[in-house]
Amino acid sequence: MKQPLTRLQSTCVPLLLDNIDTDQIIPARFLKATGREGFGENLFRDWRYDSAGRPLPFVMNDAAYRGASILVAGENFGCGSSREHAAWAIADAGFRVVIAKSFADIHRQNELNNFVLPLQVSPEFHATLVEAIGRDASTTVTIDLPQQTVTLDATGLTEHFSINGYKKYCLLHALDDIDFLLETQQKILRYETEHCTTAR
Amino acid sequence: MNTLFDKIWDAHVVQHVEDGPDQLYIDRLYCHEVTSPQAFEGLRRRGIRPFRPERITCMPDHNIPTLCQSEPIADPVGRRQVETLAANTAEFGLTHYGLCDPRSGIVHVVGPERGLTQPGMTIVCGDSHTSTHGAVGAVAFGIGTSEVEQVMASQCILQSKPKTMRITVDGRLGRGVTAKDLALFLMSRLTTAGATGHFIEYAGEAVRGLTMEGRLTLCNLSIEMGARGGMVAPDEVTFAYLKGRLEAPQDKAWDEAVERWKGLSSDADAVFDREVRFSAADIAPMVTYGTNPGMGIAIDGTIPEPVTESDAKALRYMQFRGGERMLGKPIDYVFLGACTNGRIEDFRAFASVVKGRRKADGVTAWLVPGSWQVLQQVEQEGIGQVLRDAGFEVRQPGCSACLAMNDDKVPAGKLCVSTSNRNFEGRQGAGARTVLASPLTAAAAAVRGCIADARELLF
Repeated sequence: MKQPLTRLQSTCVPLLLDNIDTDQIIPARFLKATGREGFGENLFRDWRYDSAGRPLPFVMNDAAYRGASILVAGENFGCGSSREHAAWAIADAGFRVVIAKSFADIHRQNELNNFVLPLQVSPEFHATLVEAIGRDASTTVTIDLPQQTVTLDATGLTEHFSINGYKKYCLLHALDDIDFLLETQQKILRYETEHCTTAR
Repeated sequence: MNTLFDKIWDAHVVQHVEDGPDQLYIDRLYCHEVTSPQAFEGLRRRGIRPFRPERITCMPDHNIPTLCQSEPIADPVGRRQVETLAANTAEFGLTHYGLCDPRSGIVHVVGPERGLTQPGMTIVCGDSHTSTHGAVGAVAFGIGTSEVEQVMASQCILQSKPKTMRITVDGRLGRGVTAKDLALFLMSRLTTAGATGHFIEYAGEAVRGLTMEGRLTLCNLSIEMGARGGMVAPDEVTFAYLKGRLEAPQDKAWDEAVERWKGLSSDADAVFDREVRFSAADIAPMVTYGTNPGMGIAIDGTIPEPVTESDAKALRYMQFRGGERMLGKPIDYVFLGACTNGRIEDFRAFASVVKGRRKADGVTAWLVPGSWQVLQQVEQEGIGQVLRDAGFEVRQPGCSACLAMNDDKVPAGKLCVSTSNRNFEGRQGAGARTVLASPLTAAAAAVRGCIADARELLF
């Protein structure tokens, strides 16, 4: 899963609901594994399959969108539970970017920590993108992380997106926060000497 | 001119990462069995051990059965997760309150009740309801498993500082209106994304007037407004609650701690990024009608007509229509418990309504204490007997039907009045329909067999 992300061109899976919570992304009954792999097959499980395991009419079951590595959602994507299994499931199912109008805080961080880019776009860009995908499922989008731009390839419509410099560096070079923190031990020890008054 | 949040956060910054987050020192890490195994595995893969094991406390809560907990867990996958936590904590030398340990329970109930959670601390756990611990005046927030591993490895976390938001509630809550109703009311006004990117401080007479249990309920639900966390400045209510708790400072250390804690409040001229104000007089007992906690109305209100496709999908799932009333809708299940409402005061409230009455026929009720200590207190205070006399049984502690990872699953299509925190599709079991409410409202529903106004039943 530790793969750098620089530039990506892909079709999109449009999932145009607001407030998609992490219980929908990966239902709690699938959280019992003790590893990080294999969650992708249960991504949006209860929207993809009925209780007997038969496919439901759901966008991820539509052949037109197969192979896309960009997921498009509405407002407040990933609200609810902090389960990182949601980000693992998204990554395991082959998505590298989620485009939404807004994200819930914990899930945004979980995506970043799994080298999936949570990309917040303006309502205007979102509307244009959704309309384009609705017209033609083979619509592609290009994400350029070094330039921090997202482009609708058919029209060339481009928007700048924000990401903090540290996390951008991590994504570009496939470095995680623990790699960083383990290098800071002297600072941590100094902090403890100076500050630790609270009970251990 | 600092806010309480700024004071605690800033005192824990090890360094500001250039063009990036803060490296924040963490005083306490709590772990449960679901979001920790991959973090332990990460440590193993890197060949490192927890940096400050004495700051980490672990207990299973999500998967565990609420009957016959001393027996092996029937579900082999859930059992393996619980056993994995026990093995990991033994291997890495961490404190572990195992199954049936009298210290154990839901991590967000146990932390405060043992005095592990203290004012001024930074507290994290791989669970979004870690916001609960902010009730004592701590900066507490939920994190992902990669971040659990960060804290195990370094006792630090990389985190961008959230903005600050103060929610002030003037006046006193009315009779039969609880902390849960206050929180559901705030969510209904602010929406589930209303506080995204912010850390909330709750203030005002209505908040000051809450007991510690009430404040824990309120802060618990901060995440359901999208907030990073929520907190209440510590005061005499906080100190009285914590005094004498086993893991709290004792004797001279206690006096010194209280002196320190008394300085923990927002300055009079503190500036918040956002301020909102409500009047307690506007708040009635609340129930939800949809599939996110922000879809709530006063118990005697009517369900709003759907506006968006998301609203319409929610009503279809709930089998409700716009314009209908919630009062009188027949119910099938009642769940009292969870980190939201599984404390002793919640059991007292539930018992106050059902005392001398009978559980309605056809209603299945799961009353699940948040910890063994709560269960013990329920029995000591005679509440257990009151509940049994009314036709209820009290189960053993755990997260239970809040997220239905154990056997306590609401069947598809059944309607459950639940004191938990989320009414998401399938949260209490695939196809289950959840109405969030206070313990008083849950009790009224349990004895009436339908959504009912507890104020009509209070003595």
